[in-house]
Amino acid sequence: MANIMIRRGAAGEYVFYLPKRDLEDTITSMEFDQADKWGGEIKLNNGGAYYVDPMPAPPKLPISVRARRMDAAE
Amino acid sequence: MSALTREETEALIKEVLEVYPEKAQKDRAKHLAVNDHSEEQSKKCITSNRKSLPGVMTIRGCAYAGSKGVVWGPIKDMIHISHGPVGCGQYSRAGRRNYYVGVTGVNTFGTMNFTSDFQEKDIVFGGDKKLAKIINEIEGLFPLHKGISVQSECPIGLIGDDIEAVSKKGAAELNKPVVPVRCEGFRGVSQSLGHHIANDAIRDWVFSRDGKDVKQEFVPGPYDVSIIGDYNIGGDAWSSRILLEEMGLRVVAQWSGDGTLAEIELTPKVKLNLIHCYRSMNYIARHMEEKYSIPWIEYNFFGPTKIAESLRAIAAHFDDKIKAGAEAVIAKYQPMVDAVIAKYRTRLEGKRVMLYVGGLRPRHVIGSYEDLGMEVVGTGYEFGHNDDYDRTIKEMGNATLLYDDVTGFEFEEFVKKVKPDLIGSGIKEKYIFQKMGVPFRQMHSWDYSGPYHGYDGFAIFARDMDMTINNPCWKILTPPWQKKPEAEAIAQAA
Repeated sequence: MANIMIRRGAAGEYVFYLPKRDLEDTITSMEFDQADKWGGEIKLNNGGAYYVDPMPAPPKLPISVRARRMDAAE
Repeated sequence: MSALTREETEALIKEVLEVYPEKAQKDRAKHLAVNDHSEEQSKKCITSNRKSLPGVMTIRGCAYAGSKGVVWGPIKDMIHISHGPVGCGQYSRAGRRNYYVGVTGVNTFGTMNFTSDFQEKDIVFGGDKKLAKIINEIEGLFPLHKGISVQSECPIGLIGDDIEAVSKKGAAELNKPVVPVRCEGFRGVSQSLGHHIANDAIRDWVFSRDGKDVKQEFVPGPYDVSIIGDYNIGGDAWSSRILLEEMGLRVVAQWSGDGTLAEIELTPKVKLNLIHCYRSMNYIARHMEEKYSIPWIEYNFFGPTKIAESLRAIAAHFDDKIKAGAEAVIAKYQPMVDAVIAKYRTRLEGKRVMLYVGGLRPRHVIGSYEDLGMEVVGTGYEFGHNDDYDRTIKEMGNATLLYDDVTGFEFEEFVKKVKPDLIGSGIKEKYIFQKMGVPFRQMHSWDYSGPYHGYDGFAIFARDMDMTINNPCWKILTPPWQKKPEAEAIAQAA
């Protein structure tokens, strides 16, 4: 499990940030990005993938959440 | 000499790597790259933020340097104790030229060195008692200080002192913040982790202090901003600040050049955080964005093109009054910029520059050089991360050299082959390259000049580059007995 932060980038895209490793990357896809469900598997531009427990509604960004690493690029 | 092609640059990297043993070669190859605009991600071409290779000359610092030297040190009305043996504090004292206003030793302490001067007995029996004593002594000798930070040196972590407990006790006795910073030098691979630790210490010990909310009487305004990551080297933050104030913004805080503890405590009330040095202070900006919903943007005050871009980007976060203000500022300084460019561009046009610095400068100063018609042919970070290189690829020309944590040997070989007209790096590199006959500017401390930020800084920057590159001394480096006969004939004719 890792603490990650998700925020909005300048173009409105989701940006992923892993403070422990100072890793910043754009999120290419998020499994659930709807009004009633948000989170799930997130895929990063660098090829990594993390899993965030789905939330009942999109949270106020930026948000720090616990995420499980599914597939890291490095 | 014309620019190298992609193949030539690749061949150069290969050639330089040949002297290393196989294992070292493999490691270093990942840190050297040829810039390619088609790459969207730096990590495909360059690896960064890795442990330096044992046995090579690296130019990196340590976590203590990142915390005490960069982030905490310039906060002028606090006393920063270099907790541990005397050397770390003494050799990092005042060398960075973080200018400040105040009476040193009375209400400001920027250039002074406070240390617990560890001896053998402190290592054996622990240094907590000594730290407690120092905190009390400081209060007696310098009653106008606003707070204390304890900057740990390596032994503190090794012997397991509990500086947090001593700091808490001291803070209660003094009724002033005492901030323990766990920035022991051995942490991390470079000073970069020190920045992070220092940022986290501000978050944990300054923003939230035992539930006590400080500075309630402050009335926030609609145009409050803070300058974050400007260390006022040679007055940089001042030449940036006037531009922001002229366009109608109110600069509440300077982090941390010429900054005070009160300013830092006020920062969570601003409307927008302006980040100059992304590498050393993005952590606190991210925290403030999450906790206090303060957006942040990166800006660049090197060179008129980037300044105008940045002023407009900053103004875009505010109303029309500020937008008009930004345009007015750009228009006001345009004649001055035109005069500077008219004077120096002809003397500097086409000159080629290689940079190797830390923090933000490997990419930020490129604009300044380009405004003067110069070209940056190689750049690299001492302690950059992937996100720095992501941002650099766009700024640099295609097929230029990128080097991460370059070694002394590699840098020298690159310079011999690329033959730049100017090198911008630090004091440790300066005399090597000057002896090789290459003009050199220190880009850490602006070679005892500055400021280089803002429009005023650009004029100084242009002058400095001109007087370095076009200095007559470079023509008389060859001793008379080594001169070629033709040169003699020309000299006689002249």
